[in-house]
Amino acid sequence: MTSQVDQSEAVDGPDGERRTGPASPRSGPQGAAGRPAKPIRRLDRVIIRFAGDSGDGMQLTGDRFTSETAAFGNDLSTLPNFPAEIRAPAGTLPGVSSFQLHFADHDILTPGDAPDVLVAMNPAALKANLPDLPAGAEIIVNTDEFTKRALAKVGYAADPLADGSLEAFRLHPVPLTTLTLEALKDSGLARKDAERAKNMFALGLLSWMYHRPTHGTELFLRQKFAKKPQIAEANVAAFRAGWNFGETTEDFAVSYEVPPAKLPAGTYRNISGNLALSYGLVAAGERSGLPVFLGSYPITPASDILHELSRHKNFGVRTFQAEDEIAGIGAALGAAFGGALGVTTTSGPGVALKSETIGLAVSLELPLLVVDIQRGGPSTGLPTKTEQADLLQAMFGRNGEAPVPIVAPATPAECFDAALDAARIALTYRTPVFLLSDGYLANGSEPWRIPEVDELPDLRVEFATEPNGADGSFRPYQRDPHTLARPWAVPGTPGLEHRIGGIEKQDGTGNISYDPANHDFMVRTRQAKVDGIEVPDAEVDDPSGEARVLVLGWGSTYGPITAAVRRVRADGGRVAQAHLRHLNPFPANLGAVLRRYERVIVPEMNLGQLALLLRAKYLVDAQSYNQVRGLPFKAAQLADVLHAAIGTLDAEETR
Amino acid sequence: MTDFPALRLVPRADGPQSAKDFKTDQEVRWCPGCGDYAILAAVQSFMPELGIRRENTVFVSGIGCSSRFPYYMNTYGMHSIHGRAPAIATGLAASRPDLSVWVVTGDGDALSIGGNHLIHALRRNVNLKILLFNNRIYGLTKGQYSPTSEVGKITKSTPMGSLDAPFNPLSLAIGAEASFVARTIDSDRQHLQSVLRAAAQHEGTALVEIYQNCNIFNDGAFEVLKEPGTRDEALIRLEHGQPILAGADRHVVRGADGELRIAPRSEGEAVVHDAHAASPTTAFALTRLAEADALHHTPIGVLRDVRRDVYDTQMADQLALAEEQRGRGELGALLAGPSTWTVSD
Repeated sequence: MTSQVDQSEAVDGPDGERRTGPASPRSGPQGAAGRPAKPIRRLDRVIIRFAGDSGDGMQLTGDRFTSETAAFGNDLSTLPNFPAEIRAPAGTLPGVSSFQLHFADHDILTPGDAPDVLVAMNPAALKANLPDLPAGAEIIVNTDEFTKRALAKVGYAADPLADGSLEAFRLHPVPLTTLTLEALKDSGLARKDAERAKNMFALGLLSWMYHRPTHGTELFLRQKFAKKPQIAEANVAAFRAGWNFGETTEDFAVSYEVPPAKLPAGTYRNISGNLALSYGLVAAGERSGLPVFLGSYPITPASDILHELSRHKNFGVRTFQAEDEIAGIGAALGAAFGGALGVTTTSGPGVALKSETIGLAVSLELPLLVVDIQRGGPSTGLPTKTEQADLLQAMFGRNGEAPVPIVAPATPAECFDAALDAARIALTYRTPVFLLSDGYLANGSEPWRIPEVDELPDLRVEFATEPNGADGSFRPYQRDPHTLARPWAVPGTPGLEHRIGGIEKQDGTGNISYDPANHDFMVRTRQAKVDGIEVPDAEVDDPSGEARVLVLGWGSTYGPITAAVRRVRADGGRVAQAHLRHLNPFPANLGAVLRRYERVIVPEMNLGQLALLLRAKYLVDAQSYNQVRGLPFKAAQLADVLHAAIGTLDAEETR
Repeated sequence: MTDFPALRLVPRADGPQSAKDFKTDQEVRWCPGCGDYAILAAVQSFMPELGIRRENTVFVSGIGCSSRFPYYMNTYGMHSIHGRAPAIATGLAASRPDLSVWVVTGDGDALSIGGNHLIHALRRNVNLKILLFNNRIYGLTKGQYSPTSEVGKITKSTPMGSLDAPFNPLSLAIGAEASFVARTIDSDRQHLQSVLRAAAQHEGTALVEIYQNCNIFNDGAFEVLKEPGTRDEALIRLEHGQPILAGADRHVVRGADGELRIAPRSEGEAVVHDAHAASPTTAFALTRLAEADALHHTPIGVLRDVRRDVYDTQMADQLALAEEQRGRGELGALLAGPSTWTVSD
């Protein structure tokens, strides 16, 4: 399933049926008809990386190519990668923004290790991305930007397009800016404005190369620039010019076809992790019958959830942009006291600020969702890059014994289910719940089989309506014997007036209590409540049934780990895989699973946080494999690690 | 009967209530002689006047002596964390327009650790009534100076005198765009309740500063405003539409430079108090009249009470408008989005 481009079936020669020009449903923009068709080569998967300046519109270009690819029906996975600065100095290495897309005719798991095609809009983009390219990769460069000054800015002593240093690659030098300006010479736009459409020229060219449907992009451009029709038409014209350039120029001798993937039956859309998570929150509100209240403070890479939820007021969703992180969670907790589904969204530094309020929520035993889109840390760290280093903060980052359940989605689309699952736990057990996503899941996207609404879990809750004490009093801390949840009595309910707070409270009555035995009991009970949360058993994938090595991951490492496992198995290696969605509590069978294997490998984008928990709880020699580069693991890299682990065991046996 | 437009969405009580209905079975644990007792009694006997259901009333507090208040009110209540009560109450009030939400806080809670939340609640104009008990000292932590303590205050943490210039809470509130600003005194129940009444009538955030005596760590801080021999001279009792008088023979006039000052009655014309003035200028000037340390010429009563859009009402209006324009959200349609493809078996 992971064959390389050059191993794939190549279909040479013209394919008249598919290349009949603009009228065909898969054909490009108008104007390309009537030329001799070029050969088409069939591939099973392709990895493309668009790279340019932060201001070159690479994220938009990547998004559009992704949408075209989704509409075409390929499986796909994306990796946007951009600096924290909005407009870093032009033409510099730190200012390079890129978007990688992996698409295939089969199910894929990662945005790909190494690009088959690099589009480099300037020397900085070439220099920054060249080390990732395998020999034989195609490089499309905008030659207009390869000026002496621009080359010098990034430390090129000689022009790499001319000095032979790119011999190992298939280089396509294209004067993208000149061609775009030429295409728009009658548009009436000033040169500066016309130049800005060069990303659409590049998109058009790539769309031609890979037979992407173009209708959606033209529609998108006309909608995006609805108020500036001149700009809209200029972008469409540049996009078409790019397509036609591919069709006509000698330099691009072949185009490629990646047939649609055979995914399980259903209706699909492309979705990013943050969008899926937002929809999960809206769905949790609908399925629980509770109004959603989001209290949030803008922070990368979580802000998109605030933006998205604020668009859905007609679902009764209230969004509150607070004065700070603390007020964001405070307002959400206040709303939860009033009977709302309280949510706060943030990233690691925001979690640090919210810690005290999370502790209060633990003590108040009110439902609350704390969404942490992890990014590189510590401190401000790498705001736009991914990391998994908030696990221990989520687990322990509070004063006192303050257990909080933790749910972590594995893929962008799974953010939807994880949000519903987190809501289930919060509402059932009356507790704050951590939802740990990360920057890679948040911004990455993949096809999502759209669920039927009535397939979604029923999250309805019952508020307390009657006194529960033998004497007719209301006892806010009298628990459900099964879940240990306390009653949720919301203001407005007569007879259930009560006061709760952060001071230790007496079991049952909730009155202030400093009694030693009561405190010991309450601390243990709060822990027991979280320990007793029902989570599904960990599932182990071990097709041979004879694996001696288990690879265990959590969160967004699912894609690269699974891709690595496939590679190892394709090479004849035996490896078992399990992936945790629930980090607190762990699945009940996890200890038994871990003990079944001679070696447990735990890849994490931190310095071994899950491994630490596993070692502490189960006394197993879980071995970490760690990376904190702000980027996801590569499948090849993890495959090497697994091969090595299997090899070591085999070697020990031989000895 | 007083009309409370700010409570029009709160269900009415079935019958008359008494102060006793608002008392809990919890033993009150403030120090004997604390000014908080008087405030609690005044609030408990005031609440029935609102005529709303007790279960639709919520008291939210932060941390500090005053913040124990909710435990003694037989309503819904939350004793939260230090400084955060305005934020928590904002979420509650913004999502439940059928509640009457009160915040009880102190000078340390509201102006030091929670200063940010206070100013933002005021600027948003959420339907909250904030009772700020100002005793100019930290009580619960046993006597450190507070952000309203006078410069040079000798406390456990400032043996050579405090260096910080204090906040003037009402100046701060007006600077933060507060739509209702008032001051009263713990020991003057009648005045305190008149201010509570005005605050409850106000639509939006009301900030009520209550001078409160801490008899353990800062005893007598407001004595000059309470002693029968000095109070009439020291206090300026503000009444909307009435000339602003200061003691028996002086009044407040506007000087040639536009500043307010105290002058003998024979000099100039008294400024007539206009709590509803659109401009905050005069209200701000009133907050600056008192001498910071001696408290002479301290205005009490409602300094400012203006109408401004209320945050929670507007938030509810936006939800209603969204539904009116787009129809009630339909989850299936949302999840499907505009662009899908189908894979068949």
